[in-house]
Amino acid sequence: MTLHVNSTLPKRLGVILSLLAAGLLSSLGYSATASTAVTTTDVSSAGQWQQTLEQAAGETVYWHAWGGDGRTNDFITWVGDQTEALYDVKVKHVKLSSTAEAVTQVIAEKAAGENTNGAVDMIWINGPNFLAMKQQELLHGPFVNQLPNSKYLDLSTNSAASVDFTEAVAGLEVPWRLARFVFLVDSKRVQQVPLSMAQMLIWAQENPGRLTHPVISNFMGTTFLKQALIELTPDPSVLQQPATEQSFALATAPLWRWYDAIKPHLWRAGKSFPENEAIQQQMLSDGEVDIAMAFDPAAAAAGIASGLLPTSARVFVPSQGTLGNISFVAIPYNASHTAGSKVVANFLLQPETQAHMQNIDVLGSFSVLDPNKLDAQQAQVFAALPSSEALPTLVDLGPTLLEPHASWTTKLKQHWSQRYSQ
Amino acid sequence: MSFSSWPKWLMLTALAIGILVPVLVGLGETIWAAFGILPALGRHTFSFSAWQQLFELPGLVTSLRLSLVSGFGATLVSLILALFGSAWVYNTSVKESFLSKVKPFVQAILVPILAAPHAAIAIGLAFLLAPSGWLARLFSPWLTAWELPPNLTTVQDLWGLSLMLGLIIKELPFLWLVSLVALKQIDVSRQLTLAQSMGYSHTVAWCKIIVPQLYPLIRLPVFVVLVYALSTVDMAQMLGPNNPPTLALATMRWYNDTNVQLLLPASAASILLGILIAASVLLWEVAVRTAILTSKVMIRSGDRTGKYSIFTGVLTTALPITVILGLLSLLVLALWSITWRWSFPNALPTSWSYHYWLQLITHVPLALQHSLIVALMSSGLALTLAVAWLEVQDRFGGHLYKLTLWFIYLPLLVPQIAFLYGLKVGFLRLGLNGSMMTVMWAHLLFVFPYTMLSLVDSWRALDKRYLQVAASLGRSSWHCFWHIKISLLLRPLLLAWAIGIAVSISQYLPTLMIGAGRVESLTVEAVSLASGADRRLVGVYGLLQALVPLLAYSFALLLPRLVALKK
Repeated sequence: MTLHVNSTLPKRLGVILSLLAAGLLSSLGYSATASTAVTTTDVSSAGQWQQTLEQAAGETVYWHAWGGDGRTNDFITWVGDQTEALYDVKVKHVKLSSTAEAVTQVIAEKAAGENTNGAVDMIWINGPNFLAMKQQELLHGPFVNQLPNSKYLDLSTNSAASVDFTEAVAGLEVPWRLARFVFLVDSKRVQQVPLSMAQMLIWAQENPGRLTHPVISNFMGTTFLKQALIELTPDPSVLQQPATEQSFALATAPLWRWYDAIKPHLWRAGKSFPENEAIQQQMLSDGEVDIAMAFDPAAAAAGIASGLLPTSARVFVPSQGTLGNISFVAIPYNASHTAGSKVVANFLLQPETQAHMQNIDVLGSFSVLDPNKLDAQQAQVFAALPSSEALPTLVDLGPTLLEPHASWTTKLKQHWSQRYSQ
Repeated sequence: MSFSSWPKWLMLTALAIGILVPVLVGLGETIWAAFGILPALGRHTFSFSAWQQLFELPGLVTSLRLSLVSGFGATLVSLILALFGSAWVYNTSVKESFLSKVKPFVQAILVPILAAPHAAIAIGLAFLLAPSGWLARLFSPWLTAWELPPNLTTVQDLWGLSLMLGLIIKELPFLWLVSLVALKQIDVSRQLTLAQSMGYSHTVAWCKIIVPQLYPLIRLPVFVVLVYALSTVDMAQMLGPNNPPTLALATMRWYNDTNVQLLLPASAASILLGILIAASVLLWEVAVRTAILTSKVMIRSGDRTGKYSIFTGVLTTALPITVILGLLSLLVLALWSITWRWSFPNALPTSWSYHYWLQLITHVPLALQHSLIVALMSSGLALTLAVAWLEVQDRFGGHLYKLTLWFIYLPLLVPQIAFLYGLKVGFLRLGLNGSMMTVMWAHLLFVFPYTMLSLVDSWRALDKRYLQVAASLGRSSWHCFWHIKISLLLRPLLLAWAIGIAVSISQYLPTLMIGAGRVESLTVEAVSLASGADRRLVGVYGLLQALVPLLAYSFALLLPRLVALKK
């Protein structure tokens, strides 16, 4: 904000530009918090960042993040230990059973007029939750450009880090881990894995009761439906546009035919479903089903390492590729510790942090950084990471399919429950 | 209002502000939202659209049915089992069986299940009963020939039976112990002997003579069980069906949906749940009164033997099974907490590990600290309030007795979801955002009534002649209070305090919603972990959740003995 103290003309220009930009964005329904309207000159300056660091020192950041995965929880604890040592910023992991709990909290605070001292400092977020918060103007920012480490990101328009479920990120959230949809099997029990959704139907018919998916109200359940939709729909490009009644009916007709056919062969005849993918993986480990799902290519390797999956667990993906997206962190508009949150978000983008995260012994999640922007020394850290038999390479994973526009998710949920929830 | 009765008015005001106001404020906010007013979402106009939206949500009718069936079923079965269990304790004619040897230890056996939070029992039971669970593993493959878990529905069944079973397992010890305490007010042995000398069998005498006297004494605990069973979220999450779930869980899901507009129908749903519960309590009461009316004919018939043998046969089997399932659920949590890998169909873990306990000792989790602080503060405060209220009633008389009792018990009779979201907004307005104090206050709303519930009968049953003698010897009423009431009632007082600890530790929704995630707790942690795949960690937290109240109970039971020994 203090970039143009000396010259009035550019300052005025900046104001005019930012007003124009804000007007344009809000007319598109995109405006963030009006008070911190877009500053077009947000190039991180050392001075400004120094100020953030000073402000952040001594703060405790309440990071609201799903708490169902022990390794992620440990990683977050590690992050907190590091930021405390480096910047005097503590992290408290608020373990959620659903990210929407944090959204509900911010809405309740807004309802009560609590606009400055919110309980949520940072949220692990993406997709529909991000869309909901963006539309309700519940997010702080844009702030991504203020982080020095954003220089390692590919932030060009339509890059994976600037679009979240087809919704423009608009600098309101910071990417921190790459997610790819994968299937898990126990290779001891299943030799021939189905490599397309059509094959999956045949597989389910031959192995009744051995396949299921998480409940559709859970994001992994909807992901499975979306994966099927992309493979089965006549024209996948339609899914990148907001869904209309007409386009939805047309695009999803083959999906419902397929689902009607597969449902009776699912676990418990498709009348009951596991609550989420972690429970489904537990069922794979218990031998109740043969296929599980994860949003993490390292899921099998990580599960083996922590004793949660048998050593014969492996990952596979359909030959057409699978859905991929990025996990982000965002800061609510009324966060109590905005500076601290920025420091933590910036630390997450540190190449060393990303390499530590990609280590199979830690999390095994792929880095979100653009490899072309790393220097030789940084690249070497990634190259030296240990590997595992159960860990696929990027080549094994095949092409990444784009997430459909968020409106498809909402509609898929609605239509699925109208059809199958009685 | 006379000047001399000021403590009574002070007490009434404190109760009104402490309990009535939060519940009403919470309910008020929820009702506003149910009728379309939620300024945070830009909704300012009164409308019925939330209700219309609610009734259009798929699966609503099934959710309603599930709640009613599991709620009424669990209450009825656990009540019958508790009455039967109490009869068994007082039955001196059967001596030879193994079970009669356990009789002196009944309380000790029930206390762990009573102490363990609902969530811990539910987690353990879910693993016990699952097609790949412990019971299946114990008998596979040598008996069942199952190399893989069968495709059977044993938990989370569509009729809510496993949920009902979980509720019965958890509520039976509560109703049973409450009955045993209440029975001390009735001269059971003499009446039974008299009846039996007139040729009535033990069972018939129990049903015709004791139950009609006992039921009015445990009516309120039965209501509490009914309300809990209809409104539970954590148990339904682990044992109930999920497509669609019970009304309470469905409401919670709508509250937490990514589509924030669902907050409005969610509020309507929690009001609907409130109405459902009020109607259920009314229906239950009507049913009980009808049963009493019709049974008078039977009671007067003079039939002395009765065709009860089938019932007693079923109950004799069901009662120990229910208790054993409860204990096994806790045992299996303990097993998991020291497991590394345990795959089907091994009867025991294939590799062991103390990793998680070690981690716990080196990193005492904040959840444990917070849970302890909140539990100690809320139970201490609840006990103080309860004693103050009872003492004030004793000294200043209580023509408002019935009325105040209703608002003390109000938080137990209104579904939690119906007012907690509103209460959270209310607290936020006052700038009390997710602090330990507000969580403690929210806990107090539930801890206080349970403390009262467990204390009030013993307090009333205290032989007034002690006090009259003391007074006639010129002792002040303060002296009577300290040296007679408190010392004679030490045991029930400590028990009430321990129940307070257990209630506080087990609170899930109040901690989650009012704590805003800033106040951690063992139960919130355990429920959140149960949504993940790591049963070992769930075992550690589930067990911790049960251990804290268990320690409190042990303390409550042992301290009076130590004091007695010293004297």
